[in-house]
Amino acid sequence: MKKHINTLCFMCSVRCPIQVEVENEQVISIRGNPHVPAMKGGVCPKGVAAVAALNDTQRIQSPLIRTGERGSGQWKRVSWEDALDYTADRCKAIFDTYGAKSAVYCERANLISDISKSFQKAIGSPNHFTHDTVCKGSINTACRSMIGYTDGQINADWTHAKHVVLYGRNVFESVEIKAMNSFMAALEKGTKLTYIDPRVTITAAKAHDYKMIRPGGDLAFNYALMNVIIKEKLYDAPYVKRWVEGFNELSRFVDPYTPEWAEKETGIPAAEIVSLAREVSRVKPAVVFHYGYRGSHHPTEVYFRRSILILNALMGSIESKGGLFIKKGLKDAGYKAGLRTFSSQKFPEMEDKRRFDGCGQDKFPIADPAHGVGFMFPHAVIHEDPYPIKVLFAFRYDPLLSNPDYNTNLKALQKLDLIVASDVNFGATTALADVILPESFFLERSDPLQMGSGLKPAINRRIACVRPRFDTKPMWWIVKQLADRLGVGQYFPYDTAEDIWKYQLADLDIKIEDFDETGFVSLSDKAIWWDRNDGINFKTPSGKIEVVSDLMESHGIPSLPAYQPLDRQPDAFRLMCGRCVAHTNVMTQNNLYLNHLVPENRLWINERRAEELRIADGDRIEVASGAGKGEMRAFVTDLIHPEAAFMLHGFGHKEIDSKRSYGKGVADALLQERLYDRIGGSPALDHTWITVKKL
Amino acid sequence: MGDYIITTNPNRCIACHACEIACKSEKNIPLEATLGKIVVLGPKMVNGKPKMSSVFVPCFHCEKAWCLEACPTEAIRRREKDGLVYIIESLCVGCKACIMACPWHIPQWNSETGKAIKCDLCMDRIDQGLEPACVSVCPTDALSFGRPEELSDKTREAYAHGLLERNLSATSVRL
Ligand code: SF4
Ligand code: SF4
Ligand code: SF4
Repeated sequence: MKKHINTLCFMCSVRCPIQVEVENEQVISIRGNPHVPAMKGGVCPKGVAAVAALNDTQRIQSPLIRTGERGSGQWKRVSWEDALDYTADRCKAIFDTYGAKSAVYCERANLISDISKSFQKAIGSPNHFTHDTVCKGSINTACRSMIGYTDGQINADWTHAKHVVLYGRNVFESVEIKAMNSFMAALEKGTKLTYIDPRVTITAAKAHDYKMIRPGGDLAFNYALMNVIIKEKLYDAPYVKRWVEGFNELSRFVDPYTPEWAEKETGIPAAEIVSLAREVSRVKPAVVFHYGYRGSHHPTEVYFRRSILILNALMGSIESKGGLFIKKGLKDAGYKAGLRTFSSQKFPEMEDKRRFDGCGQDKFPIADPAHGVGFMFPHAVIHEDPYPIKVLFAFRYDPLLSNPDYNTNLKALQKLDLIVASDVNFGATTALADVILPESFFLERSDPLQMGSGLKPAINRRIACVRPRFDTKPMWWIVKQLADRLGVGQYFPYDTAEDIWKYQLADLDIKIEDFDETGFVSLSDKAIWWDRNDGINFKTPSGKIEVVSDLMESHGIPSLPAYQPLDRQPDAFRLMCGRCVAHTNVMTQNNLYLNHLVPENRLWINERRAEELRIADGDRIEVASGAGKGEMRAFVTDLIHPEAAFMLHGFGHKEIDSKRSYGKGVADALLQERLYDRIGGSPALDHTWITVKKL
Repeated sequence: MGDYIITTNPNRCIACHACEIACKSEKNIPLEATLGKIVVLGPKMVNGKPKMSSVFVPCFHCEKAWCLEACPTEAIRRREKDGLVYIIESLCVGCKACIMACPWHIPQWNSETGKAIKCDLCMDRIDQGLEPACVSVCPTDALSFGRPEELSDKTREAYAHGLLERNLSATSVRL
């Protein structure tokens, strides 16, 4: 009999609501959840390719213990009992000498993050980080410094915006279906799109105006926009007066940053900067300067992301229809309580609270400890700073291919006593593990409920659609088993996913059956907006948008430091990385269909520069930086700024168990140097200079 | 296309290829065979601006179907009720005459079975009142499926509504 099951996708981190058609334990099709109109019944290619991922025999099929050298691909199949006992016994021996703080837990933030954080708290280690730090730590810090919310707690009102400005936020390739469709409909009704990127993307091709900016030039561009907006009094004066703290300081600060000055730094004609400032202000406050999804490009990242938020503040567009909004949750929808969390239980006091990354402490005082500063991991391991790190739990996360400077990372991983990996597929880090605890695929497992905050908040549910194909388990089960063996099982009071759901819903008048028909429970049928004149609840000390930020100034960090010009290296290229629609992060390159669609990455270089180097399209080239070098093929094009080079993220897999993606393309991580934003906490993934030569 | 047609709205298409993948996956055909193909041009610079366009090319289900006429075993048939052209797998001998005869070489080769395969516009789905897999999966609604007269009506109305609305607002400005 055919069944239609509403669940949440997890081919990428967006987690779109999908409907899965199942017959005799086989998945027939995957579509957008029809109860969610903005999905328009569709899914992206990764969503469709989930069926191939489910049935892929190159998946990790059972618990494994390593028998050969790290990375040799030699494994012994073992039972769950043996794998878990082995892991716990080794942990105990290490913790006896070095303490539980010697264990770092990293993951891609997901529906079980609350349980993973509880695990670290229960064993007594302050060391947990998520991939978010690598991707958008600086956006998070920028947002908290100005409005008191993280980037995850705000969103854009794509439907009603009249002008949207995107800085490399490639919405039509790095897709989030609901947002993309709302925006597409707005574009059809006349919304303007200005797209700024050193590289032409699909989004550039859909824009009304595309600006090929010099790589790294966005901050100068924004300062010049502010200069025009303030000089010509184009800002929303009543809103600024009511809500913006530090406007006078800002006016003085941007005074020298004229459009003519910015033209030299960015390559964008001064007149275009002036006309953009005038054009957007005509439709304010229905303007979105998008703060971005990935925000880990340059060492000044936190200031660039702040500059975007400042532009929104000047347009009066924060918490305004057609602008940005603060996401509303259960309390805003009139509920007294939220979803109950495991991590809010009372845990034993930790012996040593110093984190491996110094996040929220000495090294990164204002970065968000909820996500940590992940790229500090190799530093902590190699230098034993602040103490020896011995164990890594890499749970559904591949730090080796995701973080900059592959070679140093590899050295750090090799130094560890124990790597415990849990994932669906083999990855670069999994391949080095001592023990692998394979996770069930998202179509095979139920997960904790997801709070879907937004203008219309809802609670969403992922539910198993088919039985596990192989000997795999959900992560919440794996974590509890380890906790039991380490003597802290009492913090995980559940045996099944239903137990977890009941626990989460304990303070609410919502039943599990309420999810059965649509896959979610809607908490409000109308959009919840705060009154933009008087009711916005900014969570900063002043209750306002802090251009001059208390969070920063109180830590001795300037809110508006003078602009530092970009350096130039005429013989080199500034390496940029990014996504295409077929792949997400480092997780999909081995998928049957997605690998077929985009099998390798090539280096995009401008045709004029290529000619100078006598490189023709498709030639094999050597690409080198201070961090490493690799060989790949060139894509010679006029679609990229001459100073930039671009490669897709996530290629260069060397784990021999991933047979389709093995050895294809080059890992951007191999070339990226260990440059970072010292304030925001993101690595500067687009700041490395590379040289290119024909082979 | 028999009684039906699939059209592409190039402004909506993002060249994601979900249409192709859904077709391969749900029809269970080899990776190399592509029954319905999305053909994309660009992005490329046209007068200094990046532009792109695309069109989805399934089988056209021709009124005079070259493939059907070329098939020596009568494996290719036309459905009475809606004119869809399809292959009866058991009758196909793998001679490839249909692939050669079709002006666009639209029938594909299934190397696993040694038989020709072609887009049948997902006739089982149509019979269940559903749209073809490619059309229904498209995340941006770039593909439309219907009878030619319905589609023509829809496009004409959308276009004319745009004109009329502009007319109305022009009048109010004059007033
Ligand atoms: S964008 Fe695609 S892969 Fe990502 S969650 Fe949505 S359907 Fe899944
Ligand atoms: S395969 Fe070619 S000839 Fe046959 S119906 Fe389709 S388009 Fe026409
Ligand atoms: S699924 Fe839709 S958007 Fe994607 S390539 Fe096909 S027609 Fe274009």
